[in-house]
Amino acid sequence: MSERASSLSGASGTELLRLSGVRKSFGDHVVLREVDLTIEPGQCVVLIGASGSGKSTLLRCVNLLEVVDDGVITFEGRDITDPQVDGDEVRSRMGMVFQAYNLFPHLDVIGNVTLALRLVHGVEAREARSRGLAMLDRVGLSEKALARPDDLSGGQQQRVAIARALVANPRLMLLDEVTSALDPELVGEVLDLLTELKGEGVTMLLNTHEMGFARDVADQVCFLHDGRIHERGSPDQVIGDPQEERTRAFLSRIRA
Amino acid sequence: MSEQLTGQVAEDWRPSEVQRERDEWRRRRTLRSAVIAAGSTLLLLGGLGGAVVSSPGWQRVQETYFDWDKAVSSFPAVLEGLWLNIRVMIVCWILILVLSLTVAIVRTLRGPVAFPLRLLGTAYVDVFRGLPLLLVIFLLGFGGPALGLSGMPRSPLFWGGLALVLSYSAYVAEVFRAGIESVHPSQRLAGRSLGLSYGQTLRHVVLPQAWRRVIPPLMNDLVSLQKDSGLIAVLGVSDAIRKAQIETALDFNYTPYVVAGVLFCCLTIPMARLTDRYARKKGYHGAGGLL
Repeated sequence: MSERASSLSGASGTELLRLSGVRKSFGDHVVLREVDLTIEPGQCVVLIGASGSGKSTLLRCVNLLEVVDDGVITFEGRDITDPQVDGDEVRSRMGMVFQAYNLFPHLDVIGNVTLALRLVHGVEAREARSRGLAMLDRVGLSEKALARPDDLSGGQQQRVAIARALVANPRLMLLDEVTSALDPELVGEVLDLLTELKGEGVTMLLNTHEMGFARDVADQVCFLHDGRIHERGSPDQVIGDPQEERTRAFLSRIRA
Repeated sequence: MSEQLTGQVAEDWRPSEVQRERDEWRRRRTLRSAVIAAGSTLLLLGGLGGAVVSSPGWQRVQETYFDWDKAVSSFPAVLEGLWLNIRVMIVCWILILVLSLTVAIVRTLRGPVAFPLRLLGTAYVDVFRGLPLLLVIFLLGFGGPALGLSGMPRSPLFWGGLALVLSYSAYVAEVFRAGIESVHPSQRLAGRSLGLSYGQTLRHVVLPQAWRRVIPPLMNDLVSLQKDSGLIAVLGVSDAIRKAQIETALDFNYTPYVVAGVLFCCLTIPMARLTDRYARKKGYHGAGGLL
């Protein structure tokens, strides 16, 4: 099985993130079973699979928003599934972006982007503001710094959410279906931004239904089904020439 | 409305025949509804007023409750008492906000560690929401000083105020809790994913949003506290109602009570209007609107 081979070859020691044997269930419903995965710095790993296949849960387990039932997640060489680990500190070193943006409606755009800098990273207010403005400029929204999230389009809101996650220089970006809630004509602006980030060497773990995007940017594509990674490899392998029957069935459904 | 639009948007637009007919019909309907509503209101109020005034005992009621000279002579004393009500209300309201927010936060804590605290919070809310306010005032107002606790004041004002704070905080805590729980969990997730601690997320993400949502019900409770502050008169505290009672006892003319009632309304009605205005500004339209 390609599954075992790749998890062995990933044992190079340079990896940023490693999942081994991760299991997660909600009540009787097992969402993830024996998931193994490694990400090297600068890589972009894309999870694909049907709704309910466990993609979002996997991201949330990595971000410690969910507690795994079994297995080990190692981030920057440290076992973050150890209950003695400070979860807040771990999360502050990752950036997470959600499908529904989850911006804070009571803060303006710059307030959203600088909140964690000020509260978590101890950056002084003026410095935080200038870093926030620079980051907004980076995502093309510097003129919206004083706007409220509700006054922005979906694409703009998601770019603010990416800026908010990125501003504290996280080692790893987790992107959970970041274009699924967007109108079709707004998807492009967000995907273009992610492609640029990949070019700048940002390490990303994301799940998406945008197969064209996955083919362009992914270093590794993993097909999840029923809580297991059934097939993994380069985008040309997994999306272009899938070996597993389930992968083929999923891809044909998504293209239909 | 249509005139404004034609001026700004399309210079050459004139309402069509159909639209003019519709506008005309709506105007007639609005006028007719207004006339009917005003007429029926006048009729009802006139009928009720007439029934009261023409009742056999009206003459005596008017003399004992609506005596103008008595109203004028008792006004200064009652007003002086009202100043105490206002001070009690302000001090109690601040304490109520602090205590109720604390109880609400305790009741939303999760995990087994917080279980005793949650239990305590729930028991407090259950008990003090169940007890009639007057009963709490009697129990604390007479029982409190009798305890003879060292360092605790024995004044009925203190114990009456405490009764108000304890009773109201139980209600207001539930308002805060509803506000906290109305903030979508995804907001907490977003805060935590940025590395904010539980407390920081509560303080900077959840509470600011919850606070905005509960301001109208909070102001409603403040209006209610304004008048209920008069209940501590039963402890002999010389507030507006107690002063009215003293004035009444001189000649068994009850007009001072009406004076006190009018003064309380002068406090609460502006507050109620302010609440409405604030709620409307924040987009709480309630029933009504187009549909």
